[in-house]
Amino acid sequence: MDPILKVDNLTKVFSGNGKDDFVAVDHASFELMRGECLGIIGESGSGKTTIVNMISRLLDPTEGTIILDNEDITKASGRELRKVYKKMQMVFQTPQESFDPRCRLGDGIGESLRNNDFSKRDARKRVIELLSECGLSEEFADRYPHQVSGGQCQRAAIARALAIKPSLLICDEATSALDVTIQKEILELLNKLRMEHGEELSILFICHDIALVQQFCDRVLVFYKGRLVEQGTPDEIIRNPKDAYTRRLIDSVL
Amino acid sequence: MSDPILRYEHVDISYNGMQAVSDISFSVNQGEILGIVGESGSGKSTLIKAAMGLLGDAGLVTRGDIYYKDINLADLSQAEIRKLNGQELGMIFQNSGSAFCPIRTVGAQLYESMTEHKSITKEEFRKRAINVFSKIGFEDGDRILESYPFELSGGMQQRVGIAVALLSNPGIIFADEPTSALDVSVQKQVVDEMLMARNNFGTTIVLVTHNIGVIGAMADKVLVMKDGKMVEYGDTSQVITDPKEEYTRKLMDAVPRLRRA
Repeated sequence: MDPILKVDNLTKVFSGNGKDDFVAVDHASFELMRGECLGIIGESGSGKTTIVNMISRLLDPTEGTIILDNEDITKASGRELRKVYKKMQMVFQTPQESFDPRCRLGDGIGESLRNNDFSKRDARKRVIELLSECGLSEEFADRYPHQVSGGQCQRAAIARALAIKPSLLICDEATSALDVTIQKEILELLNKLRMEHGEELSILFICHDIALVQQFCDRVLVFYKGRLVEQGTPDEIIRNPKDAYTRRLIDSVL
Repeated sequence: MSDPILRYEHVDISYNGMQAVSDISFSVNQGEILGIVGESGSGKSTLIKAAMGLLGDAGLVTRGDIYYKDINLADLSQAEIRKLNGQELGMIFQNSGSAFCPIRTVGAQLYESMTEHKSITKEEFRKRAINVFSKIGFEDGDRILESYPFELSGGMQQRVGIAVALLSNPGIIFADEPTSALDVSVQKQVVDEMLMARNNFGTTIVLVTHNIGVIGAMADKVLVMKDGKMVEYGDTSQVITDPKEEYTRKLMDAVPRLRRA
């Protein structure tokens, strides 16, 4: 089976005036299979978010290639990039900030649909379906981001990401800002969506909570100082960490 | 056992007439660590802010008393509470780094915080600061005193925050989410340091956090809050392993746990 996402030798070097170059991501290569949930863990500054930003094309890689659904998107831009976002969507850490504060949630969720030739009425219908899929009632479509709680807003953000039926969902610390009880609800929602969509939905799950990754992911990558130091199933890595850093990370969990 | 060092008696707190915390009673003994857990908005921070007089203009303790030793904190004026804060009531916040002035060295700011309460020579201060640093496992005390806050990492800033709170050897320390902004490996270090502080100085700590792992590692007793009310209060091991209330059980079940074996 071919992977939905293939990353090869991905590297990002930040260089500033008169400063030493900083290698944020150092030749990372990995694959994400269809229907798989792949976790990325590591401490702050390990390059997790830089990787995601490169994959989602918010940041240009210094070196390497990104292949999404057999298509090279390393240099995609403009119209081409808009097509890419039909296949790939993101959910960010702070849901409230990822919605336009002056637009209703329903407008934000339906935007990708409107951009893809849905009529206003059809988009609205689909938005309401999406909301109910994510456990929110119809009235949330007419609320503003500041009128809902963090957990509700994150549900809306997931609904927004799913609107265009992407094959890859990237969650960058999607539950880190939420309470444990809400976090559990969001994970249950993501699990439900995975069951329903099967191989049509793959998830890249960035998280610093190892226990959470163990519960949720099929496979996990451990990053340290921009390098991929270890990969395997969560149980394998947690029971038998090969790298010294991974061992330290696991020992630190309270 | 001696008298409790901190006592909350039927405390109600309101913001602009809206009740945020209702009928909370508990007590903390000398050298004990009490953990307060709950979701966002459950009133856990409000509870300790009330003791430190940090509720702001909108917040008010509307009923009940908060006793520190035999002083009723809820009745003190701002000026009186300011004398106690720092000296008797220490505090550690979520982001200690942002509490420092960015353009002055850590040492200068720590010195100022001490002279606020008593006169002390620079030499004496230096000795004392380095002594505190070494007791919580900092080796390079001199270098830290000469650093600017931005020259230290987030974890280091947080550890300096703990050192500041310990400097004037307060009777009790209120810690509001002291490790929530940190990575797990740094979090463990900070937890170890706070435990070291308790062992070396006998400091009483009231710890507010949503991280139940931290509570399990540090606290002797736990208070669970929900919607401004106390749901459960008891020994840590009992509350974590065998919660009595439905809500506590739900909260404990929601915590992802690492399966190691």
